[in-house]
Amino acid sequence: MQMTQTQRSQVAAPIETFRAEALTKVYPGETPVHALRGVDLEMYEGELAVLLGPSGSGKSTLLNILGGLDQPTAGHFYFRGRDVTKFDQEELTQYRRDNVGFVFQFYNLIPSLTARENVALVTEIAQHPMTPDEALQMVGLGHRLDHFPAQLSGGEQQRVAIARAIAKRPSVLLCDEPTGALDSKTGIVVLQAIVRANQELGTTTAVITHNAVMAAMADRVIRFADGNISSIERNTTKLKPEDLSW
Amino acid sequence: MSALQRFLLRWSMSLKVSALDRKLLRDVWRLKGQTLAISVVVAAGIALLVGTYGCLAALQASKDVFYERTSFADVWASVKRAPNSMHDKLAQIPGIATVETRIVADATLDIADMIDPARGRIISVKEGEIPLLNQFDLLAGRLVQYGRPNEILISDAFAKAHKLGLGDTLSANIYGKKRKLEIVGIALTPEYVYALAPGQIMPDDKRFGILWMGYEALSAAYDLEESFNSVTATLLHGAVEADVLQRLDILLKPYGGVGAYGRKDQISDFFLTNELAQLASSGAVAPPIFLGVAAFLLNIVISRLVATEREQIGLLKAFGYTDWDVGWQYTKLVAIVVGFGLALGLWGGVWFGQGMTSMYTTYFKFPVLEYRVNAGVFASAAIVTVIAGIIGGVSAVRQAIKLSPAVAMAPPVPTSFNKSKFSIWFERFHISQPTRMIFRHVTRWPLRTAMTVAGISFSVALLIASFFFMDSVGKVIQVYFYQAERQTLTVSFVEPRGAEVEESILRLPGVLATQPVRTVSARLRHGPYTKRSAVNGLVKSADMNRLLGADEKPLDPPDGGIALSEHIAKELHVQVGDMITVEVLQERRPVIEVPVTQVVKQYLGFSTYMHISELNRLMHEGPTVTGIHVLADSRYINDLYTKLKNTPMVAGVAQTEASLRGFQDTMDQTMYVMIGFYIAFSSLIAFGVAYNSARIALSERARSLASLRVLGFTRQEVAYILLGELGVQTLLALPVGCLFGYGLAYAMSPMLKTDMYDFPFIINDPTYGFSVMVVAIAAAICAVLVRRRVYNLDLISVLKTRE
Ligand SMILES: Nc1ncnc2c1ncn2[C@@H]1O[C@H](COP(=O)(O)OP(=O)(O)OP(=O)(O)O)[C@@H](O)[C@H]1O
Ligand SMILES: [Mg+2]
Repeated sequence: MQMTQTQRSQVAAPIETFRAEALTKVYPGETPVHALRGVDLEMYEGELAVLLGPSGSGKSTLLNILGGLDQPTAGHFYFRGRDVTKFDQEELTQYRRDNVGFVFQFYNLIPSLTARENVALVTEIAQHPMTPDEALQMVGLGHRLDHFPAQLSGGEQQRVAIARAIAKRPSVLLCDEPTGALDSKTGIVVLQAIVRANQELGTTTAVITHNAVMAAMADRVIRFADGNISSIERNTTKLKPEDLSW
Repeated sequence: MSALQRFLLRWSMSLKVSALDRKLLRDVWRLKGQTLAISVVVAAGIALLVGTYGCLAALQASKDVFYERTSFADVWASVKRAPNSMHDKLAQIPGIATVETRIVADATLDIADMIDPARGRIISVKEGEIPLLNQFDLLAGRLVQYGRPNEILISDAFAKAHKLGLGDTLSANIYGKKRKLEIVGIALTPEYVYALAPGQIMPDDKRFGILWMGYEALSAAYDLEESFNSVTATLLHGAVEADVLQRLDILLKPYGGVGAYGRKDQISDFFLTNELAQLASSGAVAPPIFLGVAAFLLNIVISRLVATEREQIGLLKAFGYTDWDVGWQYTKLVAIVVGFGLALGLWGGVWFGQGMTSMYTTYFKFPVLEYRVNAGVFASAAIVTVIAGIIGGVSAVRQAIKLSPAVAMAPPVPTSFNKSKFSIWFERFHISQPTRMIFRHVTRWPLRTAMTVAGISFSVALLIASFFFMDSVGKVIQVYFYQAERQTLTVSFVEPRGAEVEESILRLPGVLATQPVRTVSARLRHGPYTKRSAVNGLVKSADMNRLLGADEKPLDPPDGGIALSEHIAKELHVQVGDMITVEVLQERRPVIEVPVTQVVKQYLGFSTYMHISELNRLMHEGPTVTGIHVLADSRYINDLYTKLKNTPMVAGVAQTEASLRGFQDTMDQTMYVMIGFYIAFSSLIAFGVAYNSARIALSERARSLASLRVLGFTRQEVAYILLGELGVQTLLALPVGCLFGYGLAYAMSPMLKTDMYDFPFIINDPTYGFSVMVVAIAAAICAVLVRRRVYNLDLISVLKTRE
């Protein structure tokens, strides 16, 4: 599996999922904040990218724009050739519904729904979803289907969030500090779930982290500084999450 | 940040406001929708309180001042004819301060601008003088002069109703003689502040006027030279009214005395006193309801605020703020909310009070009736507001004080939910996840759901109770005008007439049918209970003026007994079968014991009935009548009026239709205005409750809802979850509110009863429908407002932060 993935990114011409052109985001105010200063970036089908960078450098801002949560102040961003920056509210919602899976630092599960129901929330509105049970199996939670979030540990809650994100077989999976609130052991279990989705579903995945160790599991490492990309490295070998330690 | 917000921020900075207070101001601003809703409910309560009691104080003050200044009498008595020499004897009655004798007579008036006859009450005055008692205010012109028998003063309201001025004339049918009278002055008297013609239910300024005529002229016209037929007197401090009345009766009996009475039986004062009492009780009922609701909302909102800010509270305490510092912040928040409501309420109350007072000026004729800002009323409004604030805020503030800093540091735990037995149903019927969320939220916090349901249903109830007034009045009108008093008009005579007069009335143009009536005034006695009442002698199988049984079916007047209105029966503590004493207060003043054979249904103008021939026998007279009810053909009504105006024996024509119109006009102008206010206020409550609970739900669930949006749910789908909950609560509240309203109206109906009106307990179906509709609309409006917030939810900022 890992081989084919590597082969694809090395041998075949990589297919572009995203293309960002000169993305700029300015938060207006008495002193305007330039969160993004003309970011250019491509992301390829099936790749796993890790975004690193100091706090406030604009990582989340970029991810939010890529996920259709926010619109840039200037610049363009294409998803499979379509200019998402031209989308209106309804189109953005549709874009998220059909293509994007999100995972946040603070799981954001619905407390009044069980694990299965939290996932079903998405599968009910998706076009080609897996069943909630399958999705929860993938993240290793097949045995906790009927628990409410309050009855789950932080790591388990995050895995439900991942299951919820991947259950619709999204084209892209965007994770903003998915392990930020977890210990390393639990964090690794969560990362395994993300990597599994990336490999088995071929989902283009971007993971924001402050943990430089995680760079070792990526196809590419994108570093951020002061609202722009400072460097991009390609890993020749990728480590599995279980081989990471911090 | 809006310009206003920026301004507030700058302003707070420039005042060197502490960080904590700035947080407070920002909280107020952030929660402005909710806090404003509470303030408005507080304001509604305060406005009702300030308006009602301010108006009450104005009426009371006008009454006291007017009565005092004009020496309003304490007792009255009528006689047939007594010599002026009696005056000195009357003055010697112990307890009497000042006594005045005079002539009071009724006449039909012919006014140029009106076809139908008006009724005039003519009071004698000494030429060139203002009376000693019941002095009138001369608003224009001059007093009548000696030797000018056609000069009169007329009451201000009557003058205004007919645009009559000084020098104008009107013609009066005085004791069978047509007289042309010239208006020389316009006056206002304490005796007819509420000018109700006998047998009428509403004042009608066009059809009832007060006239003053020189004594010489009036006594000559009525053959009462050197005599009087009316006595008024004031009492000394400490005099016992009952004793004075008894002595008056004894002294006047030989002269055909009709029974002396005190202020409580003086029509104008009776109504005024009744109105004041009713105003006081309505002022005591409504404001507490509103302030209770405000306290309730305050409690919900501040408790929720404390709950959502628990981390911040813990943090503050961890930094070294004392429990009291923190508690004080929330106390200030409560103070700001209710304080704003108080200010708004005082302003609105003055406005409302002015409106209400000016409405009263159309019914109660005072020289001055003005709403004035009343410090006492304002102070009690402030006290009541503080109480509401304390009741509403105390538990929330206590929560804030009690919260330990350690609690705040603990990680947030998602609210736990349990699989209920309904889960099976969810699966079986493939209930969508959003619908499951709605259901679980409604059942997860049963107390909160119950509170919201209670709040909304309360406004339904309040609406039903307000509309109940209309239903009740509608019923009164239906029964009174269409069942009991179906005549077009009633002709009354100067003196009792032989029954053959009915024949001559029947021959008048346009008269389709007639019904005779004999009325005497009497005192009813049962053990220690007494009641003055007119006793009406009716014929059997009457078609116009009818008695109605409990089932509202017409009854015949009793054979050998007396029928009492329900209200009078209650007052006398009698039931069918009991014996009562009837003391007739006129002519030969017979006294008899009769059994109560019927208790009849009456909502308006309670009275007493006998068979007319029984009454004639009791009065030792042949077939005799005092009035004829007439059913007239509307096509010939003008001819009939013209004829009646020129018929000497006619003392007055009471038009039932005109009273119906007057009654309905009054309802339109007063009742509907009041009800309009109550509808507005009830909708405000519904809105306040619904908006607050939806906003609280929104703030608690912003995170979930934002997550759903991120997952690709549309704004409509997300709004459905939140508003679905509001919808379920509203749906639950509507039937509960109907039940609640039924109970409230039932409890209120006896409180509205007066000596003149009974409010039957009846709620028409449209009342339920309309109340439900108003509340549903209020809930829908608030749903639209909250939906806008859901639509504008800032996904990123909600999700970026921890709970
Ligand atoms: N809503 C906002 N209004 C104003 N400024 C904002 C807003 N959101 C973010 N910023 C600013 O934009 C910049 C980039 O923020 P962003 O959240 O993208 O940083 P980040 O790289 O994700 O940081 P971190 O690693 O701490 O999450 C920061 O300087 C931040 O202060
Ligand atoms: Mg970030």
